[in-house]
Amino acid sequence: MIILSRHHWWKTLCVLLLTYTLFAGLLGGVPARFILNESIRNLYFHVPMWFGMLGLFTGSFVYAIKYLRSGNPLDDLRSVSWLKVGVLFSILGMITGMIWATYTWGEPWSNDPKQLGTAVCMLSYFAYLVLRSGIPDDEKRAKIAAVYNVFAYAMIFPLLFVIPRIVDSLHPGNGGNPAFSNYDLDAKMRLVFYPAVIGWFLLGLWMTQLRIRLGKIQNRIEDAQPFRHA
Amino acid sequence: MSPLLTLLRKDVVAEWRHKHMLFGVLLYVGSMVFIIYAMAGRPEASVWNVLFWVSQLFAAVNAAARSFLAESAARFRYYATLVPARTYFLSKLLYGLVLQLLVTLASLLLFAVLLGLPLYRPFEFLLTAFLGSLSLSLVFTFLSAIASRAGGNAALMAILGFPLLLPVLMMLGRMALAGITAVETPGWWSLVGALTGLDALLLALGLVLFPVLWKE
Repeated sequence: MIILSRHHWWKTLCVLLLTYTLFAGLLGGVPARFILNESIRNLYFHVPMWFGMLGLFTGSFVYAIKYLRSGNPLDDLRSVSWLKVGVLFSILGMITGMIWATYTWGEPWSNDPKQLGTAVCMLSYFAYLVLRSGIPDDEKRAKIAAVYNVFAYAMIFPLLFVIPRIVDSLHPGNGGNPAFSNYDLDAKMRLVFYPAVIGWFLLGLWMTQLRIRLGKIQNRIEDAQPFRHA
Repeated sequence: MSPLLTLLRKDVVAEWRHKHMLFGVLLYVGSMVFIIYAMAGRPEASVWNVLFWVSQLFAAVNAAARSFLAESAARFRYYATLVPARTYFLSKLLYGLVLQLLVTLASLLLFAVLLGLPLYRPFEFLLTAFLGSLSLSLVFTFLSAIASRAGGNAALMAILGFPLLLPVLMMLGRMALAGITAVETPGWWSLVGALTGLDALLLALGLVLFPVLWKE
């Protein structure tokens, strides 16, 4: 049975968790909160994107260091694949967040530190992709990209904990804003929220794995036809 | 004389011989401040603060663009045979810091003459200005090394650097505001600590990553 095999059980788990998230998230009971109302269901879709983004960028950073130590082109492929899926998660998190913010905070962009942090991550990693696309030589591209990746990660991540001290936040747990806090997230929601976080992250891993495989195949095709682009 | 000082001296002497480069940077700062003055007049302190830091950002990109981008690949290979990569990097860092401090000083003078200098707590403001110069020159010197390896495109430095510097500039702006207004900023010293810590981290990263970057 491929769906329960040693290598693929987590994909089955991912599908099950996300199916559960979709149904329980849209149909399950949620507490009635002032202003939030039914939009609180977005918690199951928006917040996991943010967690997933941090996880995927961290994975990309780890493989960038691995590449710098090993010089193995596969580690570069892994690093860039984790990063691209992380960028996708950041875009999705930003869109779901902005839609949610429009109806709860009154406007899509309210200079919230978490919005700012995500925007800084997005811009930095877009810059990473621009940097990569500008270097024709494979080995050089991998090395320079890995160096920038490590530099950017080390520079941004400490600051994600400093910015909230500078800018007022509308996010839960910061000041008297109309959203939930840890105390409001009732037991019923936790039962959906935690599986949702795991499910979405597994989906990110799955997409990353597919990207890596695609990259390997492309490399093999290019190796087989060295003069195709000439 | 140690290799570090020799390299630093070489950069300073080269800078002095090609005076058009040095004065080019100063003229860039001068014109920029004059444009700001012509458009904004004498703004209130919070606007002054924003204008000052944005002008620092642009001046820093322009000044640091030359640290590695100005060296040809052949010349670097020659240096690589003479000194360790780290020494070379440190000399460029020090040189970048000196140049950036000069730029900051020049723009402060011009700001004081044209837009006014609302110094409320001089020590706080000057410390912030120094930390700002240090952070900007650290980041842009390193990014200049990356940009020069990636094909020598100076615009790449701005693309790579601006997003990374956004949080730093927010911290600097907040810190500087305590120096030019009567606003009390609780936790000012912890901001100083965070920024100093970040600079130390950047320096360490630069020293670790630079040799990797330059190995061919």
